[in-house]
Amino acid sequence: MKRNKIMLSILAVATLITGGLIYAADHIDAPAVTGQSSDITDLYVFRAQDPNNLVFVANTQGLLAPGATAAAKFDANTIIEFNIDNNADNIEDLVIQCKYDAASNMMQVYGPILPSEKGLRSKLEGSVTASAMVTPYGSAAITGTGSTGIKVFAGPRDDPFFFDLTQYQKILGGMATGFNNPGTDTFAGSNVLSLVVEVPKTLLNSSGSISVWVETKKKI
Amino acid sequence: MKTAIKLIAIVLGSTLIAASCKKGDDTPAPTVYYQQQDQMGRPAVNTVFNVGNSDKDAFNVTTPANMNAAFQAKFQARLLALNAGYTTNALGQTPAQLSGLLATDVLGASTTGVTTFFDGNPANTLSGRTLADDVIDVELLLIFGGPTGASNPGLTKDNVNANDKPFSATFPYLAAPF
Repeated sequence: MKRNKIMLSILAVATLITGGLIYAADHIDAPAVTGQSSDITDLYVFRAQDPNNLVFVANTQGLLAPGATAAAKFDANTIIEFNIDNNADNIEDLVIQCKYDAASNMMQVYGPILPSEKGLRSKLEGSVTASAMVTPYGSAAITGTGSTGIKVFAGPRDDPFFFDLTQYQKILGGMATGFNNPGTDTFAGSNVLSLVVEVPKTLLNSSGSISVWVETKKKI
Repeated sequence: MKTAIKLIAIVLGSTLIAASCKKGDDTPAPTVYYQQQDQMGRPAVNTVFNVGNSDKDAFNVTTPANMNAAFQAKFQARLLALNAGYTTNALGQTPAQLSGLLATDVLGASTTGVTTFFDGNPANTLSGRTLADDVIDVELLLIFGGPTGASNPGLTKDNVNANDKPFSATFPYLAAPF
């Protein structure tokens, strides 16, 4: 019985690892050059240094080696859209849309705004509310602030995600039955393309809590 | 559903009106649309709970409002396949409750208080996700840790507890790249 349980657990972890591998493989396979920016790696939402603001982070194009990071670009045909639900029906009431303009090398922010199109298809809503030049690899962070107090950053950053994927792989291969202590961060030393948008909470129409999800959408 | 159709009709209607107002313009720019490719709310949900590429792809293009109907039962079966001994977890969630929570892949965030995926205080659970939150350990614990969090101790944490670079207290918060 115990043995069964342990086997099941191993199987379970193996399955988790498979998921992890697919996740990681997506990123390894993404050419570290242009045009592959629709692959989201992580979403973060947290209270800003100024507690009156909320921060939205979307990372894309994960597992960039340092040598490949300078060549990684945002895609002018892909928008990154934060969706915000204010009344717990899981339908977006506000969107924050971010579009890369290649000609000016700027990341442009639209919203937060009630979208006229909801769901799987979007169009840019309203006008630009903040923008910042994309920070080149190796440069100090370039940030922009719009007239309503929205701040934006776009460019390469250290991947903030941490996880001992290698040990998962060992468990999957039957070479281990549990994690090491300490573990080893498989994502150490790798970069992502980050988009960070800080928004005054007063623009979020919130009564205390929101639901957030991030989407990438490609021009059709 | 009916409401959704109505909404679409209203939206389409207003688009048409907007378009017709522009008829006088010499160069009416066609509206550019963008179609969904990928989405996420909470970390690792799609990769862990969906089996097979078709479900993974479908999950990425299912609106959150439709996720529960399409995926909750599959997630529950998956949870019990992952951990056949699952009864409840440290949050007291039954298989139906945990899978129901995860199937709708949105990240809750507080706009008034603490924001964290989980910080040990149940009242703060899923009130956001900070850069430093050890989300993998939280998910492993909720899946494998049983009602007290003490089950399967070798599988409930990966012992990587922090990022390899410190985060900044100021915008843009993430560390400079390697």
